[in-house]
Formats: sequence, structure tokens, C-alpha cells
Amino acid sequence: MAQTEAKFEPAKAAQFLLGHGHAGWLGLKFRGSGDNWIELELPWRKDLLGEPDRHVLASGPIISLMDMASGLCVWTKMKKFEAIATLDLRVDYQRPARERAAVIGRAECYKITKSAAFVRGIAHDGDPDDPVANIAGIFMWIMGDTRRVPQ
Amino acid sequence: MSRNKPAISLTPYAQSLGITVDGYEDGVPVLTLPFASNVEGRPGVFHGGATSGLLETAGYSALRCALAGRETQPQLKPVNITVQFLSAAKSQPTFAKARITKLGRRNANLSVEAWQSDRDRPVASAVMNILMSGSED
Repeated sequence: MAQTEAKFEPAKAAQFLLGHGHAGWLGLKFRGSGDNWIELELPWRKDLLGEPDRHVLASGPIISLMDMASGLCVWTKMKKFEAIATLDLRVDYQRPARERAAVIGRAECYKITKSAAFVRGIAHDGDPDDPVANIAGIFMWIMGDTRRVPQ
Repeated sequence: MSRNKPAISLTPYAQSLGITVDGYEDGVPVLTLPFASNVEGRPGVFHGGATSGLLETAGYSALRCALAGRETQPQLKPVNITVQFLSAAKSQPTFAKARITKLGRRNANLSVEAWQSDRDRPVASAVMNILMSGSED
């Protein structure tokens, strides 16, 4: 599991967290981060299609991408690891991704309170001004839980 | 479980994730997803994204079943989904079944629940809207 050092380094943490399990299976990649945001990429893959006859990524992997980016952006803003759990995540789909296009997920933690962290973000396939989806998520701290990766 | 509905086809994504139809209840499919490394988030627990994928797939499957009698099949487009994570889904099979709250002419509203060994204690739930359109748009 993740080391217990207090400082959270997005690129390093992403490398570790994206390397296995569900995120590893999807092939999620780290693209960049800032004060309160992080950007990941979900590569296009034939076995992740939503319909057998259209080369468009299914919506399921996009939820996974945004869930992962959301959790990471909370730690990015806090600059440390703390056990969190996704309380709820809403995804509004504006349009399907383009055929054979990778989907980029950018999530931003815009507010942290004593009990919760609030996240918003977009998924797009090249042009952030023409998103595939908008998301909103809420995370809660899991007090006394030493596990490091959100659900 | 009764088997009074024809087999439904799952998306390539759902199949490669590992989702299968466990059976039918009152004509509504109950889907299941075994625990494996490709659905794992933190150790021994389902990733929220995998659970969401199961919920969403259960929603689509229920709607496809409800529309099965129609002459032409509309194209189903996701509008939105809100997933509530209720408790950690542990390393055992997860099940999901949807209820169509409203089946309109152009859209359907569904609520979906996912559970593990105790059906009365769901691990996640979702509400979703699906747009139904002709294949031309």
C-alpha cells in the first residue's frame, strides 16, 4: 500500500495507484496536476466499448476515470494522504466520445470542510471546451481508517 | 429465480469487466460481477468505478428487457447517473438489479441497487436517466 509519509505527490502517487487493480486494468495514465486539480487519461480500447458495432468507449470506464481523478484531486489539494470514501458521484453525459478516442478526465477539488470534500470535473476527448461529461462528487473522511485508497 | 425473459446481450465493456446475468426476477435481469483484481480499488474492496459500471449495466439491461416487445429498438443514450456509495463492497460477488421508475416515450428514469451477501444492506445505489431515440439522431 501507499507509504505513510504525509506529503502527497500527485505524479508519484498516481504511478503507484494506477498501476494495479481496476485502474490498472483500465490503463489509466497520469497527465498532470496543479494546486487542486489532477488530470488522468483513459486510453481507447476495443474491449471497453459501449456497443459492439461502434468504436466508442462505454460510459462505465468514464465513471471509473472520474472517480479515480476525483479522489486524487482531494489529496492533491490537501497535499497529504487521508483515508477518504466516495459518498456520491454524479455524471452528466453531454455526448458520446469520438470513435477510437481516448478520454481525458480532469477533476478539481473546489472545497474542503471538516467533514467532506467537494469535487467537480470534466471528461473530454481532446477539447476541454467540448466535454463528453461533467461530474460532481462528494467525499468523506474515514476517521481512524488507515487504508489509503478510496473505493 | 424465474426465467421468463430472453437472454440479453451485454456490452463489450460489461463482458470484459466480468458482468454476467445471474437470473431474472419478474422479468428483470439480476446481474452479477465476481470479485477479481480487475475490479479492485483499495485492497480487498471493489473500486467505486467497477461498482458504478455494474449499476449502470443493470439499468441498461432492465430497460432493454422492458423494450424487448417493441418492433423497433431505440438507441439508448445515457443522460446522467448519480451513484451513492453506501458501504465498502468486499471481496465477494456483487449483484445489481434496476427498477424502472418511469418509462416515458423519450426517456426512462431508473433506480438501481447493488448488494452482496445481504440483500437488505445494499452496498451502492444509483438513479439514472436514459434517453431513447431513433437510430437517426
